[in-house]
This record gives sequence, C-alpha cells and structure tokens, in this order.
Amino acid sequence: MRRKILLFNLFIFSLIFSLEIEVLDTPNDAGNSLTILIKKPAAVDYYEVYRKEEGKEFSLIGKLTKEERSFLDDKVMRGKLYTYQIVGVRDTFKIFSNISSAIAKAQFFNTARINVLVGIIIFSFFILYFIKKARKGERLFIRRISGLDAVEEAVGRATEMGKPILFVPGIGSVADIATIAALNILGEVAKKTAEYETTLLVPNRDVLVYTVAYEVVKEAYSNVGRPDAFKEGNIFYITDSQFAFTAAVDGIMVREKPATNFFLGTFYAESLILAETGAATGAIQIAGTDMVPQLPFFIVACDYTLIGEELYAASAYLSREPLLLGSLKGQDYGKLIILLILLIGSLLLLLSYLPSFSFFSKIIEFFNVS
Amino acid sequence: MNISLDIWTWISAILTLFIFSFLYGDNPFYKFAEHIFVGVSVGYTIAITWHNFLYPDLIVPVFKQGNLINLIPAFLGVLYFSVFFKNLSWMIRIPIGFLLGYGSGVAIPAIFQANIIRQIQGSLLTPKILERKDLLIGSIISLFGIISTIIYFFFSREQKGVSKILAKCGIVFLMIGFGASFGFTVMARVSLLLGRLQFLLRDWLGLIK
Repeated sequence: MRRKILLFNLFIFSLIFSLEIEVLDTPNDAGNSLTILIKKPAAVDYYEVYRKEEGKEFSLIGKLTKEERSFLDDKVMRGKLYTYQIVGVRDTFKIFSNISSAIAKAQFFNTARINVLVGIIIFSFFILYFIKKARKGERLFIRRISGLDAVEEAVGRATEMGKPILFVPGIGSVADIATIAALNILGEVAKKTAEYETTLLVPNRDVLVYTVAYEVVKEAYSNVGRPDAFKEGNIFYITDSQFAFTAAVDGIMVREKPATNFFLGTFYAESLILAETGAATGAIQIAGTDMVPQLPFFIVACDYTLIGEELYAASAYLSREPLLLGSLKGQDYGKLIILLILLIGSLLLLLSYLPSFSFFSKIIEFFNVS
Repeated sequence: MNISLDIWTWISAILTLFIFSFLYGDNPFYKFAEHIFVGVSVGYTIAITWHNFLYPDLIVPVFKQGNLINLIPAFLGVLYFSVFFKNLSWMIRIPIGFLLGYGSGVAIPAIFQANIIRQIQGSLLTPKILERKDLLIGSIISLFGIISTIIYFFFSREQKGVSKILAKCGIVFLMIGFGASFGFTVMARVSLLLGRLQFLLRDWLGLIK
C-alpha cells in the first residue's frame, strides 16, 4: 500500500515538476533567430533560458515569467547549431527541462505576407491591363482636375506681366513618384512657356533631378519648334542642403518676382517657407505633393493645390502617356476593390456577432501581416 | 548679462539675425547669409560624401582590403557622369534604372503592407464596436470618411450625382485632417523658433539661463 502511495506521489510530482521544451527555427525570417517553446510547463515561479554553442558551455541568455510559453533568441547566426535548456525555478528548487537543439535557417518566402503578394498581383494585373489598353490607342477617360485649368491661366498671366515662371520640382530624388509626376507636368508647362516666350526658372536640389529637368525642358522647347528660346542657364542646380536650397529659392522669389510659382513634387518642412514667401510676392501659386503633412501648408498659402494622387492624375492627364494613364486607371480599379472590401468585409464582420455567422470573424485574419 | 566670448557663437548669432532680417524684406544682409549658406552647404555635402561614402565604402575596401566587388557599385556611380558626354549620355539610364528597380522592389511590398493591408484591417467594422456606443459612432464616421475620400480620388469617372456628393464629403474629411495636421505642425515650428531664440538669448547674450 505504501509503495502505491509513493508511486502515486511520484507520478503527481512528475506531472507538476516535469518541464519539456522544443526549439524551432523561427519561420519567415532571415535565419537570425530560433524560438524556444515550452511544450509542458511546470509549476514554478519563473524560467531561466540557457544556450550552448558548439564547443562551449551553457550560459544564461534570458528569463521568462511563469505565464510565458516561448522565448525568441534573435542573437544567433545562420547555419550554426545551438542547444537550449530551460530551468524552472521555484523557491530553492530547480527543475531542468530536456535539452533541445536547432539550426537557424533563412526562408526564401515569407508565408505571412501571402496577402501582400495577392494584393500586389491584383493591382499589377489592373495596371498592366490598362497600360496595354492605352498603348493600343484606346482612349482612357480621366476626369479634368480643377487645378489644371489654372496652369494655362498662370502661364498667360506671367506672359502678360512680362515676368518669369518659377517651377520647383520638389526636393525629392528622381526615384520619387511625385518627382516623376512633377517632371511630366514641367514638360507641359515648358511647352507653353516656349510658345509664349516666357522665362521659365527651374531651381533644383538634386543633381539627377536637375539632369532630367534640363532634358525635359530642352525637349519641350524643341517639340514646339522653339529650341532657340531655350536658355540652359534657367534650369540650374543650387545645393543638396534642404534649407540652403529653400533660402536660395526664397531669394529668387523676392528678387525675380515671378508671376507664377509651381511647387510640384516631394516637399518636406520647407513647403510653408516657400509657399508663404511666394504668396507675399503676390504670385499665383500652384502646388502639388503626395507628402500628406505638407499639404495643409500648400492649401493655405497657394491658389491651387493638387492633393496627393491628383498630382499623378494631373501628370497623366497633361502628358497622355500610356504608361501613366494605364497606371492611373489601374489604381482606380484597385481603389474600387478596396471600397468593396471595406463595405462587404465590414458587413460580414458585423454579422459574425450572431453566433450562427461567427465564422465570418476569421475575415480579419486575412489582413494580418508580420 | 553674460555675453558669449566665443567667436563661433557670435558668427552663428549674426548669421541667424541676417536670416531673420528676411521678415522685413529682401536686403543685403539676408543675401549675404543666403550665399554663405548655399556655398557652405555644397562644400559640406562634398566633404560628407567623401568621408561617409567614398572613403569607407570604396577607397578602404578596394585599395586597403582588396575587396574588388565594391568596384561594381562604384562603376554604376561613375556612369552618372556619362551625361557630360553626348555619345555616352545614354549610359546614365543604367544606374537610374538600377536605382528605380531596386527602390520599387523594396518600397512596393512595404507600402502595400503598411498603407493598404494594415489600413483596410484598421478600418473594417468589427463586432467589438457594438459593445460601446461611442466606438460604434466613431467607427462608422471613420469608415464613411475613408469611403468618401477614396471616391474623391477616383479619376475614371466624372463626379456627378451621388459620387459628387460623396466626393464633397471626402474633401470635408480631408480638410478636417489637414486642419489638425496644420495645427500640430505649427506647434512644432514654434518650438523650432523657440530653440533659435533660446540660442540668441542664452548662448549668445546670456540673458536667460
């Protein structure tokens, strides 16, 4: 009888104080972490995590509370074997887990981002489809943007006043979409200034943007048959420094007193300084950027502002480039899908409040990204 | 009053006042400070490019460590200068193409994840909102704002009828957002001005502690 009681006690003891772990290569990473899972927790106050590298002794690398069930070791090297043991501590007792080893490997594909892949494929499909349509010569409708009407008016005003036009293509790099859109609009503005023989000043902060802007304006003057009117000194590089560039453009505005200022492209903290100075000189100002925090400043200090995507739309509208038109149209369909997802998704998720439709609650998980 | 005796503090303070003089209007002092600012910034950029990029990333690896692989990006960089030669100017497309391709590849999935997937997830109405009245009203207004704003940015159709009304609502939501952003940024700008005033009154003139 006593033996049975002893065995029973031992069984209970082993249930309470046994500790089992498993070490796994962390999924969807670059092979720089291992995950230690407590498969069978013990009744302890806390856990100590020990790690051993090949040819070395175990060393303490971290602690877990009694509630925690996993430990992420992100200080490992890819392809190297690591051995782990967890020690549960309760008062003066220590319970040792089994020893488990693993090698961290890099995953080629992050399965947690399948939703991103699906989304990009759908968006890309629409964009490529419409680009193809536009290239075939099909007319794609783009509604007129109110700010664009002002372009002609602004160029005409500068011509009548005999004053120059200032075009600042932002302070972003040539890789920024807003800069590319601004350069497309610059081409159209340059055509008009060439026709009217109005001076066009284009100060640049980026050397590459300067190079492209120079070619764009030169080509525009050639296209309208006025290469002689092109003055290469009017498209110039100032400096790479944000506020030195701003100070210089401010100087140009107060000295040259342009009749029209265009601030199109990527802008940061200099947006208000530029727009405010331009407003003080009495110029008509047309601005456009996709930098959301700068939009309020342009809206208050400029006559017309192209808000975010309107800048891309304006660029596509003016240039009629199949690539831009198709891309804009494709994005519109992407937005339509987002609208449908928001409406239908919200409806189904709200329905999941009812027990019989609770399975709809899983919809939200599709948008989990790690 | 404990005026600074440091020559650089004096130069800095005088240049600050020269720049501030622009508030009165364009003048020779501002022009002087502006030209110094532009000139110094160009020189500074060249020095930074040499010390932070060319020397540690090209000169040291190639000439001191024999790591010739760094010559590939260096060659791509040199191609930017091809623009100065009429016959070779087409070669500038190679580094620009590389830059655009690399930039798009890195940016598109990240932007899609942060600006679309996460935003959709955050905007969907979930049963949780049914637990609190304020949450319910707020979430519905927020969803309506998002939908109407998206409609405003729909360029494939003329805005008329219902879409025009919704687009107008979208603009109202945008302006509310911009107003909040404006106030927040103006506050940040005032703190920049305070920083400069502190420099003048404390570091230069020693009027405040």
